[in-house]
Amino acid sequence: MYDRGIIIPGLIIFVLLVTFPIWYNHGVAGDVPKPELPKDSKKCVDSVNVMRSKHMQLLNEWRDEVLRTGDRAYFELEGKKYQKSLQNACITCHTSKKKFCDTCHEYASVTPYCWDCHLAPVESE
Amino acid sequence: MKYTFPLAAVIALVLIAWIGSKIPGMQYLFGVVIPWLAVATFIIGFCYRVVHWAKSPVPFKIPTTCGQGYSLPWIKHDKLESPATTSQVVARMFLEIFLFRSLWRNTKAEVHEGPKLTYESSKWLWLFGILFHYSFLVIILRHIRLFVDPVPGFINVLEFGDGILQIGAPSIYLTDVTILLGLILLFGRRLINRQVKYISLANDYFPLFLIFGIVVTGILMRFFLRTDIDIVAIKRLAIGLATLQPTIPTNIGSIFYIHLFLVSVLLAYFPFSKLMHLGGVFLSPTRNLANDSRMRRHINPWNPDIKPHSYAGYEDEFREFMVDAGIPVEKELPPKADEE
Ligand code: HEC
Ligand code: HEC
Ligand code: HEC
Ligand code: HEM
Repeated sequence: MYDRGIIIPGLIIFVLLVTFPIWYNHGVAGDVPKPELPKDSKKCVDSVNVMRSKHMQLLNEWRDEVLRTGDRAYFELEGKKYQKSLQNACITCHTSKKKFCDTCHEYASVTPYCWDCHLAPVESE
Repeated sequence: MKYTFPLAAVIALVLIAWIGSKIPGMQYLFGVVIPWLAVATFIIGFCYRVVHWAKSPVPFKIPTTCGQGYSLPWIKHDKLESPATTSQVVARMFLEIFLFRSLWRNTKAEVHEGPKLTYESSKWLWLFGILFHYSFLVIILRHIRLFVDPVPGFINVLEFGDGILQIGAPSIYLTDVTILLGLILLFGRRLINRQVKYISLANDYFPLFLIFGIVVTGILMRFFLRTDIDIVAIKRLAIGLATLQPTIPTNIGSIFYIHLFLVSVLLAYFPFSKLMHLGGVFLSPTRNLANDSRMRRHINPWNPDIKPHSYAGYEDEFREFMVDAGIPVEKELPPKADEE
């Protein structure tokens, strides 16, 4: 083999880059986040599976309906009325952003910009 | 047509993953076994190819130059087009790898009436190439978020920049748009440009279609077919792959397995295909050799080991025969004992 002095270090760098996730994790798979679920209600707006995978699309739909067509229709859940709203629906049940939304979002590395404007719930320590 | 077979192959791959991942128990095959085998093939195959190339001797210095080489002090040296030192070669390679500088010089030859041959600068290939490759790079770097926990800070910076338009939720990434655009343009070029169409083969179309399939399934998964796409569960699977502790969460939508299967095929196909230009660009003798053949002697590695043989040595070896044959010699034979 020619140019061993360049090729071998080059290949080592390549392999290290490609296997970045393997050595960066130190072989620890880590825990899946466990968002704290509300205690005084049993049901979310939709089934858990749908909420877990599609809640951002739901919020986006609500936002468009409310702000573009002015459709603020209420919906009922376990006998209580809720507004189509981030602060006045989600946050009434999921009272902590840190212990709920953020647990998953930190894990999945998403930072929704909603809270630039919308008020995050006051966290009770 | 040369693109029907690759197209059919990619469609078949999608169907295999779609139907296969629906069979109970097969999720482990598509979610763990195949990706692992694919990554192993990729890394081993890649290294094998590079070592194989490194074993080929370079008999001559063959840098392509298109500028004034290093010469007398008052002649201006074109350092990038005709590098003479290692640092100039490094600069040239850097621009080649990061900015695709040689594509910037692409020209289009046309015959006009007359007949007159014209050459015109054609930067489209450079533009499409840059668009595609940088989008691809950013997408791959962003995907690291699925494989590591905690996610390193630079990934967040990329996500923020890429999602800066803040359209919809999940928000649209710029690179999703630009990679699609790049792919369509690169494919269109093979269809529309007659010369390029003529030289395009099935193995030019296959990677294009395969990457197109990966990108389309990714985009569908993020924005349109979100049913059962729980990123937390998917990340658990992906981290499991990286830490060798695989778990298959139940209920991940088929579109994810299709995406992952196409990626696995791409990885396994990579070392055997033209995609190896990723490694090859570093090993191109026409780019990575310095044009210094007048300063430093390049020795052909397969030259036999020839010892220098001076005339004096030659005469020493054959003097007797030369004298016998009456050929004049510079140094006479030593006087013989009986002649004294
Ligand atoms: C009526 C109260 C209520 C409202 C309003 C509500 N949720 Fe829920 N949410 C719940 C409950 C209760 C659960 C747990 C359901 C279960 O485990 O079956 C839940 C579960 C979830 C989950 C799944 C968590 C997990 O770990 O499985 C997500 C995500 C979620 N909610 C998001 C939202 C968002 C976003 C909104 C606003 C659009 C919202 N929720 C509005 C009560 C509510
Ligand atoms: C630029 C500031 C801003 C940002 C960022 C923003 N919103 Fe809003 N949002 C508003 C305003 C203003 C309203 C109107 C409130 C009203 O009329 O009741 C609103 C209303 C809404 C509504 C319906 C009404 C309500 O009370 O909630 C939803 C749902 C909503 N936003 C969701 C989101 C989500 C989800 C995000 C993040 C992806 C987001 N918003 C980001 C400013 C913002
Ligand atoms: C079960 C975990 C989980 C919980 C709980 C959760 N989210 Fe999410 N959320 C996610 C994941 C994962 C994504 C990223 C999806 C993706 O990248 O495709 C996301 C994305 C979002 C987005 C879109 C971000 C973007 O810009 O792309 C919004 C908005 C959002 N979540 C709002 C909320 C709010 C508000 C809550 C709390 C009421 C919440 N989420 C709770 C997992 C969760
Ligand atoms: C060649 C490598 C790959 C390419 C080019 C690619 C491309 C894409 C693209 C273009 C998207 C659209 C959203 C975005 O840009 O983030 C996407 C999404 C996605 N990809 Fe990939 N992908 C690749 C590898 C993988 C692998 C190995 C996994 C395995 C875990 C994966 C899992 C996902 C998931 C889960 C999404 C949805 C992300 C979301 O909803 O935010 N991809 N992919």
